[in-house]
Amino acid sequence: MIGTILDWLLSAQTWQGDDGILARLLEHIGYTLLVVVIAAAIAIPLGLWVGHTGRGRWLVSGANAVRAVPTLGLLFALVLWLGPRLSGELYFVLPSVLVLVLLAVPPILSGTYSGVAAVDPAARDAARGMGMTGRQVLRDVELPCALPLILSGLSSAMLQVVATATIAAYVGLGGLGRFIIDGLAVQDYAQTAGGAILVALLALVLEGLMAAIQRLVVSPGLTDNPGRQRSRRPSLRSRTT
Amino acid sequence: MDWILAHLDDIGRLTARHVVLAGVPLVLGLVISLGLGWVAHRVRGLRGIALTGSGLLYTIPSLALFVLMPLVLGTSILSPINVIVAMTLYTVALLVRTVVDGLDSVPPAARQAATAIGYGPARRFVGVELPLAVPVIAAGLRVASVSNVSIVSVASLVGVSQLGDLLVDGFNRAIGGELLAGTLGCIVLALVFDALIRLGERLLTPWLHTGREASA
Repeated sequence: MIGTILDWLLSAQTWQGDDGILARLLEHIGYTLLVVVIAAAIAIPLGLWVGHTGRGRWLVSGANAVRAVPTLGLLFALVLWLGPRLSGELYFVLPSVLVLVLLAVPPILSGTYSGVAAVDPAARDAARGMGMTGRQVLRDVELPCALPLILSGLSSAMLQVVATATIAAYVGLGGLGRFIIDGLAVQDYAQTAGGAILVALLALVLEGLMAAIQRLVVSPGLTDNPGRQRSRRPSLRSRTT
Repeated sequence: MDWILAHLDDIGRLTARHVVLAGVPLVLGLVISLGLGWVAHRVRGLRGIALTGSGLLYTIPSLALFVLMPLVLGTSILSPINVIVAMTLYTVALLVRTVVDGLDSVPPAARQAATAIGYGPARRFVGVELPLAVPVIAAGLRVASVSNVSIVSVASLVGVSQLGDLLVDGFNRAIGGELLAGTLGCIVLALVFDALIRLGERLLTPWLHTGREASA
């Protein structure tokens, strides 16, 4: 069994062409990056605003409540409802991307919000005392201090998207999920398991990259002080797919 | 709505399966994490390994894990055991951190007081540390239960039936009522699990809910 999976994974044929591993891998990465960038563009400014002003906290809890909706139901409902109004590839691509964005927003939003909310009030007061404007406090104090939790929210969102994009193969989306879904449909276990191994590896590599980025960009003042780290621990990073 | 009323039998049967597939791993996962968390809390060196290992495990997408389980367990791909084991792994991956955090949150004074009145490590763990860690552990369990209920529905794609079947069938045959029934079923189940955990937490921590006298 493991032999046939390795054969599938290592044969040059499965890597080439429009439906080869390389093309599917790039598709999967492409969708993931697109979705996380869109979600971050929505959720980070929103989270900074909620954290900075303390207004609209219901947005954060509301976004988190969406987690009780099963991902599969959300995806199918949107494809059935939106799909017929769209033509060509958009039929399933747009609803899938929408669902992925919808699932990626809550972790980034709550990471950004709690990051800003957890900023030491003394640091904020000191910045104000030095004559910084609200905008400067946000940009030069709150944002850098919130960075670890923002990045944690981003990588949490990324894992959710990688997993859900795999499932979106069922409604026709490209990416590595194709191998799993198509393999299941024709009972080709080597292809199914091969696809699963590739998806798992992709998720692990992306997680590793996010950890490396975190190490690079987070101010050493935040990480070298063990006493302060406790309050900056990210909340549990769960997935719904 | 008509669809739901006409298929109450099916919905009930699939709900029962969903409860088992999402609930059993929650209980198994909690028990395993309590053990692992206790070891990781006490032995500093193991803490990093337990936390990193569980983090990496949780990274694997659910569909991939369901599909790879037969390879590890030697089961058929259609076996519900794959889903139970996979969901248990996810639950443990989430809860080990919670249990360690919960045990860390126990005030040192309470621990020392227990030791001073003659509690051994085992009795102190069960009688003092664990009860005080309940709020933190329950919060983690609630997160795990919501995510379990949603993830289990994915198992329909590999042929293990539960409420997710309504989602897949409703989608394939474009029956809106069926899709709605599956979605609502999952949401209700998630809410019920959440309520049960909150109830359990309340019963296990009576000192946090003594009402007015506590604040007086």
